[in-house]
Amino acid sequence: MANNFARILSGKRNVGIMSLVGAGSLTAAFLLNREHVTAGAQVRRVYPASADYPDLRKHNNCMASHLTPAIYAKLVDKATPNGYTLDQAIQTGVDNPGHPFIKTVGMVAGDEESYEVFADLLDPVIKERHNGYDPQTMTHPTDLDSSKLKSGKFDERYVLSSRVRTGRSIRGLSLPPACTRAERREVEKVVVDALAGLKGDLAGTYYSLTHMTDQEQQQLIDDHFLFDKPVSPLLTCSGMARDWPDARGIWHNNTKTFLIWINEEDHTRVISMEKGGNMKRVFDRFCTGLKEVERLIQEKGWEFMWNERLGYILTCPSNLGTGLRAGVHVNLPKLSKDPRFTKILDNLRLQKRGTGGVDTAAVGSTFDISNLDRLGQSEVQLVQTVVDGVNYLIECEKKLEKGQDIKIPPPVRK
Amino acid sequence: MAKLTIKRLSPEEEFPDLSQHNNHMAKVLTQDMYTKLRDRATPNGFTIDGVIQTGIDNPGHPFIMTVGCVAGDEETYEVFKELLDPIIEDRHGGYKPTDKHKTDLNPDNLKGGDDLDPNYVISSRVRTGRSIRGFCLPPHCSRGERRGVEKMSVEALDSLSGDLKGKYYALKNMTDAEQQQLIDDHFLFDKPVSPLLLASGMARDWPDGRGIWHNDTKTFLVWVNEEDHLRVISMQKGGNMKEVFNRFCTGLTKIETLFKDKGTSFMWNEHLGYVLTCPSNLGTGLRAGVHVKIPNMSKHAKFEEVLKRLRLQKRGTGGVDTAAVGGTFDISNADRLGFSEVELVQMVVDGVKLLVEMEKKLEKGQSIDDLMPAQK
Repeated sequence: MANNFARILSGKRNVGIMSLVGAGSLTAAFLLNREHVTAGAQVRRVYPASADYPDLRKHNNCMASHLTPAIYAKLVDKATPNGYTLDQAIQTGVDNPGHPFIKTVGMVAGDEESYEVFADLLDPVIKERHNGYDPQTMTHPTDLDSSKLKSGKFDERYVLSSRVRTGRSIRGLSLPPACTRAERREVEKVVVDALAGLKGDLAGTYYSLTHMTDQEQQQLIDDHFLFDKPVSPLLTCSGMARDWPDARGIWHNNTKTFLIWINEEDHTRVISMEKGGNMKRVFDRFCTGLKEVERLIQEKGWEFMWNERLGYILTCPSNLGTGLRAGVHVNLPKLSKDPRFTKILDNLRLQKRGTGGVDTAAVGSTFDISNLDRLGQSEVQLVQTVVDGVNYLIECEKKLEKGQDIKIPPPVRK
Repeated sequence: MAKLTIKRLSPEEEFPDLSQHNNHMAKVLTQDMYTKLRDRATPNGFTIDGVIQTGIDNPGHPFIMTVGCVAGDEETYEVFKELLDPIIEDRHGGYKPTDKHKTDLNPDNLKGGDDLDPNYVISSRVRTGRSIRGFCLPPHCSRGERRGVEKMSVEALDSLSGDLKGKYYALKNMTDAEQQQLIDDHFLFDKPVSPLLLASGMARDWPDGRGIWHNDTKTFLVWVNEEDHLRVISMQKGGNMKEVFNRFCTGLTKIETLFKDKGTSFMWNEHLGYVLTCPSNLGTGLRAGVHVKIPNMSKHAKFEEVLKRLRLQKRGTGGVDTAAVGGTFDISNADRLGFSEVELVQMVVDGVKLLVEMEKKLEKGQSIDDLMPAQK
């Protein structure tokens, strides 16, 4: 059949692209022919764009703020080479008008090309979300040299744990909202093969969600490593939870300080963490591990999605650039009750979350404090921001303990 | 013409893992069938992966054997015949691809049904669905199409008169007062939470294009753009199923006439009857049922057997995903396709009458053995 195409398993991928061309009768089926399609290919629509424009009057997310009827009309007939469309990209933002704690992005990318084909919408969304970063004129610095980090050890009377996370996508394979089952399985295979090559304190084991034993599952729950099918409608409406739990899994090293999620919201999420305040060691392991994994996939002809406009490409535009969130769980009983707390965090370019993650509020006085920014600053710069900022917060806490007054610091940038 | 780009790998690599699954789709779909069907799309661009996604994402259901697939448009049932015909056969009691389905919406053909004992039968209800030809179904429709369905339906409903005269409440425009009234009347439907429905894509863009229409006497109700284009419901308290069915047929026939006047029609053909989103609702799409108090009968060892012979099905009073509370059950026809509307309502009327008789006997401590029915 003309529809099968060759695929080279071990080397650089060469994936054929298929297209459907309609003809004639309403009840006939259409055979798919092989045809090369470029980005921006026309898709016939039953209704004019104005009839399909979503009702965003009650919406408050970045997509809704920037999707004008004119931009919708311009982009709605386009598709990426993989067949991903604007309606798919914005579906999550249409279905989820807002979030109680954060202004959500309201759209996702289905593949690397989405960021090009839908640039008329994504660029203003990126600019709003990333503090004025203009993908058309600016370049993003990547720096994974952890030796540059200064004073990365926190006072452990306050900092309970330290963590750095990011994501990586495998170039040539569609992202979770759009990937087919086979592409998802290919991501799993490529990454697991590479992880099997890690050695020393990075050596570890993969646990596929489909195949794990009850015992393994319980252990992963006890370690707080297990992720489950997302329940957040922000995620499920984008289509990323299709076919769960097929090709999803968790890898971690034997010392449980380096952890990788496969095919959750991104192709991979990479996490380095430990109890205590040694952010330097966490970041060292993070950088070493990431570079090793990259080297191992490159040996097989693969690479990460990256470009100098947007840095590392991930599913959610909020995670572009570094995709990095470096954070601590820190106890700040006095400072957190001070009315200046929010302003201090803002000026330090830090964000607070509950210790359950993005959709939670803090319990007691222990907060998750992490960097606000992702794009436009390098990994080293962002982790330094967290280190300097958290040290400052601890200084404030200590001052308040002694009954001394604290100052709101000047904004660290912009 | 439609031009769609799809990037995929080999059919073997794309074939879903159905080893933990127990639904009709999983029972029928083989690698060979998938390989063959994935090269097709309907004229609207609906593909096999769209058809089966809900069945992949939902391996099973605690109370019922789910279908595990949906149609994205009328043509789905033709284009993906190889998958859907065996599913239809299994789900609808052996209905063959060559069988013809009889439609009968003449309420005069119903015998009796006006005297179910209201001491036992609390309420009576008949529902069905209708799809508007030329529009994609909820799993696949665009926002424009969904709004088109809404507009056409509301225009037709607004021209109903007499005891069918009523009003439309769009989900996104209703006032708090209207919403509360609809909740109190048990009419309001909300965004589905069942993953069976969500995984098919039918809840996209909620609540755009969705709404509820009901007549002033609150006995005839239409849902617009929930799981189907239209769900039509006739209901009232008590046991007068005949009256409920009369109104049902009259209302439906009037609505269909109104649509024909506008140059369109319902999706229907002589093999599958009325075409709806879920293959389980083909044919009549009809569920006629009562809420009935049968605490003794429901505890009887032969209860399931009796229901089976009468071709009836039990549910909790909260609907398909609930269990019964107390001794009150929702009893309705098990079939949809291969029997006409009149035949199905007749089965419910006769069957519920018998169940109530049996309940009365059991109340008196008497045996029901001589009342056991033959298999219908």
